[in-house]
Amino acid sequence: MASKEDSAAITTYADYEVIAPQNKLRNAISDEPAAPGDDPVARAEQALDQLSFEFSSWMDEECDRLGRARDAIKTDGFSPKRREELFHAAHDIKGEAATFGFPACAPVADSLCRLVEFAPDAKRIPMQLVDQHVDAVRAIIREYARSDAVELAGRLTERLREVTDDFLVQENRDRPEVIALIGGPSIVPGQNPR
Amino acid sequence: MVRIEFSKLRFLVIDDNAHMRRILRTLLHGFGAREAYEAEDGASGLEAFSHYLPDIVITDWAMPIFDGIELTQMIRQPGANVNPYVPIIMLSGHSEKKRVTAARDAGVTEFLAKPISAKGLYERIVNVVASPRPFIKTKTYFGPDRRRSVNPNYVGPERRKGGKADIIRQVALLDKVRAPGG
Repeated sequence: MASKEDSAAITTYADYEVIAPQNKLRNAISDEPAAPGDDPVARAEQALDQLSFEFSSWMDEECDRLGRARDAIKTDGFSPKRREELFHAAHDIKGEAATFGFPACAPVADSLCRLVEFAPDAKRIPMQLVDQHVDAVRAIIREYARSDAVELAGRLTERLREVTDDFLVQENRDRPEVIALIGGPSIVPGQNPR
Repeated sequence: MVRIEFSKLRFLVIDDNAHMRRILRTLLHGFGAREAYEAEDGASGLEAFSHYLPDIVITDWAMPIFDGIELTQMIRQPGANVNPYVPIIMLSGHSEKKRVTAARDAGVTEFLAKPISAKGLYERIVNVVASPRPFIKTKTYFGPDRRRSVNPNYVGPERRKGGKADIIRQVALLDKVRAPGG
């Protein structure tokens, strides 16, 4: 729909311009009322539900990827590339866990992301702490069918997060801006675990 | 709520994670979209952007080669791309205020924190289609107006200087922004 022939109204001020581009997407706004019972969100949720039989195996794949990233660090050390691989693997699990039906897994992955991201010198990250996070992710997923899985995951996460934050605060003691970021709130409701 | 004909919109989904791309594609098709193209990193995303001319870009933040923020900055180069005004919806596992502000300052139109929901994505698409914000161009910023509302109780310096000039109507905006000093 976009074209080079877009027109726009420009209002020029002393040091800035306000540009109102032509909204060609307006063509997609329908004047017709929705058909009775037609709910695009419900339709999309239903489509996602039909895909959900794959989610468990997708989560296993993400866990395997996380495990491989951890193993690569053990082999090669915390190089920038390996550090990024570990971060991305944990970050993807953090973002996907709830969608895949394992929401209690996300906070552990988030803690690992923080550990990798905010440590000023990756070589000083205790490998044992990385192992504990990776193993915790695996264990939570493996035991998710248990009735107390969410509670156990919560306790495990809380302890790992405490140890991680203590380490990060110590490592960043001369970097107040990072300390502020570590303790900074999320603006997304329900995402402030501590 | 406004009803959108998704079949009239062309989407570009950029995410390095194949599972997330599949989920996004499923949701978009569920909404009624027919055209949803995909790219797996920022570089191929930029190439796909130029090739497919999407109406809406949905991009992840954390990606290899260059990330969603860098991709947004490249798209929001007046004159460098065919459509620097394209709505960009950024998906991210990052939800800290500082991150959201960084995304806004890069020129992102809407921000959607993971975990993704059909309702959250739908609302943002409706927003960019039905309620587009004007663009602001300064020496240091080009992107959607970062002020979503006027706060009558705001106390502090006015960072934008006044001196209103005439409204200029023009047909070929891109020619204007490509011109030196434009």
